[in-house]
Amino acid sequence: MIQEFIVGIILGGIPLSVSLLLAGLGEMFTQRSGVFNLGVEGIMMLSAFIGFFVVYTIGSPFLGIIAAMAGGALMGLLMGLVSITFKASQGISGIGLFMFGWGLSGTLFRVYVGGVTTIKGINDIYIPVLSNIPIIGPILFSQNPLVYVAYLLVPVASWLLFKTSWGLKVRAVGTTPAAADTVGVSVVKIRYQSLVIGGVMAGLAGAYLSIAQAHLFADNITAGRGFIAVALVYFGRWKPAGIMGGALLFSMAHSFQRLIQVYGINFPYEIAVIIPYILVIVVLAFTWKSQSLGPLALGKPYDREFRG
Amino acid sequence: MVEKINHLEMQHITKRFPGVLALDDVSIELKKSEILALLGENGAGKTTLMNVLYGLYHQDEGSIFINDKIIEIESPINAMENHIGMVHQHFMLVPNLTVIENIALGYFQDTRFKLDLNLVRTKIMEIAKKYGMAVDPEAYIWQLSVGEQQRVELVKALTLGANLLILDEPTAALTPQQTDELIELLKEMARQDNSIIFISHKLNEVKSVSNRISVLRNGKLVHEGDTVSYTVSELAEEMAGRQINLPKSPEKLEFGEVMLDMKDIWAYNDQGGWGLQGLNLQLKAGEIMGIAGVSGNGQRELADVVSGVRKVEKGNILIDNWNITNHTASQIIERGMGYIPEDRLHEGSLPGFSVRENLILKDYNSSQISSSIFLKKKVIDKFANNLIETYNIKCPDMNTSCASLSGGNIQKVILAREITRNPKVLIAAYPIRGLDIGAAEYVHNRLIEAREAGMAILLISEELEEILDLSDRIGVIYEGAILKVLPGRGTDYKEIGLLMAGVIDE
Ligand SMILES: Nc1ncnc2c1ncn2[C@@H]1O[C@H](COP(=O)(O)OP(=O)(O)O)[C@@H](O)[C@H]1O
Ligand SMILES: [Mg+2]
Repeated sequence: MIQEFIVGIILGGIPLSVSLLLAGLGEMFTQRSGVFNLGVEGIMMLSAFIGFFVVYTIGSPFLGIIAAMAGGALMGLLMGLVSITFKASQGISGIGLFMFGWGLSGTLFRVYVGGVTTIKGINDIYIPVLSNIPIIGPILFSQNPLVYVAYLLVPVASWLLFKTSWGLKVRAVGTTPAAADTVGVSVVKIRYQSLVIGGVMAGLAGAYLSIAQAHLFADNITAGRGFIAVALVYFGRWKPAGIMGGALLFSMAHSFQRLIQVYGINFPYEIAVIIPYILVIVVLAFTWKSQSLGPLALGKPYDREFRG
Repeated sequence: MVEKINHLEMQHITKRFPGVLALDDVSIELKKSEILALLGENGAGKTTLMNVLYGLYHQDEGSIFINDKIIEIESPINAMENHIGMVHQHFMLVPNLTVIENIALGYFQDTRFKLDLNLVRTKIMEIAKKYGMAVDPEAYIWQLSVGEQQRVELVKALTLGANLLILDEPTAALTPQQTDELIELLKEMARQDNSIIFISHKLNEVKSVSNRISVLRNGKLVHEGDTVSYTVSELAEEMAGRQINLPKSPEKLEFGEVMLDMKDIWAYNDQGGWGLQGLNLQLKAGEIMGIAGVSGNGQRELADVVSGVRKVEKGNILIDNWNITNHTASQIIERGMGYIPEDRLHEGSLPGFSVRENLILKDYNSSQISSSIFLKKKVIDKFANNLIETYNIKCPDMNTSCASLSGGNIQKVILAREITRNPKVLIAAYPIRGLDIGAAEYVHNRLIEAREAGMAILLISEELEEILDLSDRIGVIYEGAILKVLPGRGTDYKEIGLLMAGVIDE
C-alpha cells in the first residue's frame, strides 16, 4: 500500500514536471544573460494553442511542436524588442507579454476552434521488456517521448552554459555587461539569443501540455506553470540540475496532493492543494539570501553611454 | 591580420553629451614605444577621449588615423582588431569568473561553441613570462586584490593582441609601492615595442613614466610637449589653468571651548575585534586636529562612532557638552555635527538623486524648506542655485544626478551641504582622496575658512602633507587609540612616521 502510494506519486509527478523543467531551463538562459522574462506563462499558453491547432488541422504532432517552438521564438524576439531595443522595464514587458499570449491564444481558440476538442497528439511509449520491470519499469521506461527529451536537455543545458564559449558569454553578459562589451562581446546579441532560446523552450513546454499531456486546448491550460518556472530558476540558483530538482519537488508535491484526494485520505482538500505553492515560497525565502551566485545584472538594461 | 600600430593620431575630436561639451577639437599623437601621458583635472575629458579611441563612444566630429590610414572604430571589437587595448579605471572584469574565463571571453570572437581554455592558458603564461608578471590563471577575480586585478587587465589586453595600451588612472587605487612597480612594468612594455597612453592627474608619476605629455582642460587640449622640458609646477599650472598653491592654515594661538570630547571610547570593528580601545580626544572650536595613522588603526571606527553609525561599547562622546553617545545619526546631526565621509559616492551622497536634492538632504525636515510634509520648491531652488554658484559646482543644472558628476564636484556638493549647515564639529575623512590638485586646493581653502568661522574640525587623512598643512594639532592613531598628540607646527614627517608605526621615543 505504502509502496503503491509512493510509486503513484512518482508516476503522477514526472509528467507534471516536464513543462516546468523545459520552461525553467529556457528561462535560466534568459536570466543568466541578464533579462528577467516574466512572460513565460504567456509564451507557453500561446504555444500550447499553436501546437494544438497545427495537430488539429494538419494532424502532425511533429509539425505541431515545431510550430509551437517557432511561436515561442517569436515571442522571445518580441520581448527582446521591447526590453532590449526599446529598453522598457523588463518586469512590465514580461507582464505585457503574458497578457498578450493569454489574450491571443484565448481569442484564436474561440474564433477558430470554439469548444473543447481532443486531438490524437503524442502518446506514451512502452519500451518492450524494460517497461515490464516492476516499479522502475513504469517509472523509467514507459513515459511520453517528450519526458525523455526534457530530461536529456538538463545535461545539454549544463554543457551549453558552462562548457561553451557561448555559455561563457551569456554568464558574463548577465553579470557584468560592461566587461563583456569591452572585450567585443555584443550584449544585445547575446541577450536576444538567450531570449529566443527561452522562448523556444517555453514553446516546447506549452506544446507538451496541449499535445502530449492533455491532448486538447483549454483556457488557462498552463495554470500558472510559467510563473512557477520563473520562480524555479531562482530556486535552482540558475543551474540546470537545481532547476530539475525544483521541478521534481514541486510536481511530486502536486502529485502527492492529488493522490491524497484519489485515495480519499482524510486531509483537508484546501490545504492539500496549496502545499506545492507553499513549498516553493518557503524554499525561495530560504534560498534568496545567497544572491551572490545569481546574475548580478539581472533586470538591468545595458547602455554604454549611461552613467549613474 | 591588421598591422601593428606604429603611429596613432586622433585629429580634431569633438564629443558632446547632453548639456556638456566633453571634448572640443582635441588632437593627440603617439608613436611606437612611446608613453604619452594624458593629464587633466577631473572632468577634463580624458576618459571620454579614450572611450572614443576604444569604440565605446563615437565622436561627433574628427577622425582617427593608424599608420596614416583613417579608420572607423565603431565598437570595442574594432579597437581590438586594430591592436588597441584599454584598462578602464573601474576594472572590466566579471567577478565570478576566473582569470582564464575573463580573457577567453574576448578570445573566441567567432567560434560559437568551442571553448579551449588550455589554449588561452598557454597564451596568458606566454605574456606573463614575456613581461615578468605573476598571474594565477585559475583564480577567481573576486579573490584578487586591486593590484592583482590590474595586472589581469594588462595581461588581458596583451593576450587579446593589443600593442597600444590605454590605462585610465591606473594608480588611483594603488599604494605608492605598487605604483612604482607598475611604472617599471609599463616602461618594460614600452621597451618591447608597445605604446602606452597613461592617464593621470598625479604630476610626479606622469613626470617619471612618460616621454610626452598632452594636457586637457575643460575638454580642450591646452598643452603638448616632451616631458623633460617641463617642471611639475609648470604642468600643474597648465592643468588647472591658474597658479596652484595648496594653502596652509595660518598660525593661531587662541582657540574656543571644547566642542568634541571623546572619553575612553571602546568600539568593535567589522571583524568583531576591538576597533577603538580607549580612545581619548578633545577638539576645540576654531581648531583643526589632524588624525594621522596607517589605515586600519581605527580611523573608520572613529568616524563611525562620532557620526552615530557604530555602537559605542564603553565611554562617552560629548558635543558642546551634550552627551551624544549612542544617539541616532539624526539626533547627532541636530546637535551640530557635520560629516564629510570617506566614501563620498555612497555615504556622502545619493548618487541617483539630483544635485539639488543632495544639497538639502539633511534639511528636508527643517521648517525653512518644508511645511509639514511638503517641500517648498521655490525656496529650495533658490538655495540650491546659490550653493552651486558659491561653491562653483560644475554641473549642467541643479537637476543633474549626482552620479554623473566628477569626484571633485561631488565633494563640493557635500562640502556645500555640510558647511552651510554651520555645524559645531566637522569630521572630514580623507577629504581630498582621488581629487586633482585644483580640487584639493579648493577643499583645503574651504576647510580653513570653516576653521576661521569657529568650527572644530577633525581631519582624518593618510596624506601627511595634508595633515601638516592644515592641522593645529596632530593626533597619531595607533591600534584604536591616540598614541600621542603633537603640535601642528614644527613637527616633521619622520617623527609622525615612527609614531604611526607604534614607536614611542621618549
Ligand atoms: N556618459 C556620459 N554621459 C554624460 N556626460 C558624460 C559622460 N561621460 C562623460 N561625461 C561628461 O564629460 C565630461 C568629461 O568627463 P570625463 O571624460 O569622464 O573626464 P575625466 O576622465 O578627465 O575625469 C564631464 O563633464 C562628464 O560629466
Ligand atoms: Mg576619468
